[in-house]
Amino acid sequence: MDPAVFNTYVRRFGIFIAFIVLCILASALNENFLSERNILNVLRQSSINAILAIGMTFVILTRGIDLSVGSVVALAGVVAASFATLSTQMMITDLFGVNIGDGPQPMLFAIGLGVMVGILCGAINGALVAYFSVPAFVVTLGMLSAARGATQLFTDGMPVPALSPDFRWIGTGEVLGVPSPVVILAVVFLICWVVLTQTRYGRYVYAVGGNEKSAKTSGVNTRLVILSVYMISGVLAALGGMILAARTGSALVQAGVAYELDAIAAVVIGGTSLAGGVGTLFGTLIGALIIGVVNNILQLEGVQAYYQLIIKGGIIVFAVLLDPSRRQRG
Amino acid sequence: MTGTPTQDQGREGTVLPQDWLLEVDAVSKRFPGVQALSDVQFRLRPGSVHALCGGNGAGKSTLVSILMGFTPRDGGSIRLRGREVRFSNSRQAMRAGMSIIQQELSSVLDLTVAENMYLGHEPRRGPFINWRLMNAGAGAVLDRLNFQISPTAKLRDLSLAERQLVEIAKALTHDADVIIMDEPTSAIGEAETERLFETIRLLTAEGKGVIYVSHRLSEIFTIADSYTVFRDGGYVESGAIADIDRRRLISLILGGELKDEFVKENTPTDDRMLEVRGMSRAGKFQDISISAHAGEIVGIFGLMGSGRSEFFDCLFGIDSADRGEVLVRGRPVRIASPADAMRHGMALVTEDRKETGLILTSSVNDNIAIASLPRVCRLGFVRRGREAHNVRRMVDYFQIRTPSVHQIVRNLSGGNQQKVVLGRWLLTDPDILLLDEPTRGIDVGSKREMYRFMSNFAREGKTVVMVSSELPEVLGMADRIVVFRDGRMAGTLSRAEASQDTVMHLAA
Repeated sequence: MDPAVFNTYVRRFGIFIAFIVLCILASALNENFLSERNILNVLRQSSINAILAIGMTFVILTRGIDLSVGSVVALAGVVAASFATLSTQMMITDLFGVNIGDGPQPMLFAIGLGVMVGILCGAINGALVAYFSVPAFVVTLGMLSAARGATQLFTDGMPVPALSPDFRWIGTGEVLGVPSPVVILAVVFLICWVVLTQTRYGRYVYAVGGNEKSAKTSGVNTRLVILSVYMISGVLAALGGMILAARTGSALVQAGVAYELDAIAAVVIGGTSLAGGVGTLFGTLIGALIIGVVNNILQLEGVQAYYQLIIKGGIIVFAVLLDPSRRQRG
Repeated sequence: MTGTPTQDQGREGTVLPQDWLLEVDAVSKRFPGVQALSDVQFRLRPGSVHALCGGNGAGKSTLVSILMGFTPRDGGSIRLRGREVRFSNSRQAMRAGMSIIQQELSSVLDLTVAENMYLGHEPRRGPFINWRLMNAGAGAVLDRLNFQISPTAKLRDLSLAERQLVEIAKALTHDADVIIMDEPTSAIGEAETERLFETIRLLTAEGKGVIYVSHRLSEIFTIADSYTVFRDGGYVESGAIADIDRRRLISLILGGELKDEFVKENTPTDDRMLEVRGMSRAGKFQDISISAHAGEIVGIFGLMGSGRSEFFDCLFGIDSADRGEVLVRGRPVRIASPADAMRHGMALVTEDRKETGLILTSSVNDNIAIASLPRVCRLGFVRRGREAHNVRRMVDYFQIRTPSVHQIVRNLSGGNQQKVVLGRWLLTDPDILLLDEPTRGIDVGSKREMYRFMSNFAREGKTVVMVSSELPEVLGMADRIVVFRDGRMAGTLSRAEASQDTVMHLAA
């Protein structure tokens, strides 16, 4: 076979084969691995990271990076949660004289606010990268710190407890036996996959990352594309933050610390090039699942948490090392 | 400076006048799926310039990378000054007296000119770099070449052409016996080329040998003493330049007769298609006014730094001009972005395919489709059927040689890559085609296809504006020639008035 074509196949399916092998290995190590309960467990535990990693894929495809997602998780979590507690719902009723206490409206209101937080953080990141040409690493490192600070300021350092059951549904509910975070992940993945592979916008994302000057010359509004990918990443980080708060039952100030690292790891394991222009969402999804399965099997086997981190670090580097199509490209 | 060997004989004791500096015999190289070189031979005399000729894929680059130790050979022998050599890396090759000016610029943009020139062999004092000596050495080499570049300037701040000059200067810091020049002039202007030639004459007078690889035949006939032609990875013929003419050399390269080098069948009309009035951009170009008619090919000729490419960038909305008016079909238009320019029927094929033209990591399909995506989309969704149909049409029209439209464009040859860029723009259905150095780095056969395309495009009543630093090309293709000098228009010549002398007189 033509080596170029072979490389494309390796890039496309290699990571999937590695994932299958990992699952076979895991089920041989532990008989509980393939139980329905455990599989749903892995999916639920991977879903927040997968949602973050999907947003991160957009950013990395344009040759950028978003280090702020962990902090946006926390900020969106506390903002949304503070409007999803039983006491605030009563307060809104008092202040505005409208009763939004019943039905799904308060939950939607809270989620809407959380999403706005994500959009805002992403817009600030994106505008600074696209229109002021500040390196993405620096901009999002700044946001990592600033959003964490804003979280503490917003709650005065205290967690936001006692979330309403309606809001908690997005973290703990089920649809036909499938945990709701997994359902949300499936919807997010499907929408983003369609956007990235079937639309003009998706092509522009790849083009901007592959060669920004060429994309610009071809009539692409490259700045707008760059702005938008950070907004997508911000929205998905906010969504992840709200799911996390809903699952925990209260929004914590220290939620999401170091989540950006797992998200970037999932993207990189999934075959997306940090140099931009090359990568798939399917790869990212598998990358997130690989991290999830590794965490799961180490827990099932009762490996000490410290070792878990070391082993995970090794796997991230090993996955890239093994992929022949990526080593030459740098 | 003729083929007579000179004083370089000390190292090997008694050397006959007929001895070779470099002998290549029966060298072969196979890459997965391609026999890149089979059984080729090559001879270089001390004190001579030997042109290595051939189309894209002829095997020139493969031989060059074997000689420099970038790629190992499968078989055959290479003797340097009579001694068998086998380099496993470029460091060994350079130690043995080989040096190269590379076609693909390999400069490190964030280092200074001097640091780039001495990269890997920095002069040292103890464990530290001797900066004073390094900068002085770089300055001396640049002076000798008469290049006006400061040794302490950062590469990033230099133009593409200046970076190429640094690459040339770098090859001379090694004091090598054999200097390979792979398309050394593809990015530089006439004046720099002349200085390079003067330097080559100095080098050969010292007994050094130069292997000169270029698609520009006029240069080969100016500077080379002898030639070797490769075709499809095999050796074809070698001999003295004095014994061959341009026509015969082209037919050896192509493996058949080339009827005419240029194709020109268009006739300009009186309809004004594009008019630029008084366009200026501070520090780049001043007061440019040109007009181009339907059916016309206008050539813009100017030396490096004359503001040609910058003018195109402003005309197409990539940069913004400080002043000036643009009229398309007699109507004033505002062009603030490439999207505006495209809306008014313009298309721009940029000077540097890899830097600004292609998305190297994407497929042939995505590269061809990108500029015309809005035309095949509905509600933002790409209609795959229409897209595939369009791409197929372009691949067929330009006869792009690729195993599939999903092939990553990085893996295509230079000529085919250029056709991908043309296909991209033809799909936007332009009336005005701006071409910046359209035939740079592509072989004689592909050049002719490019000329045919330009001619056909103009013949349909559309307009071509071409920037070129290859004078024969401008003289051969343009109906009117606008000469740029130092960012200003030095004059306009009709096809009848234009000649090598009149154009150069205005340009220099």
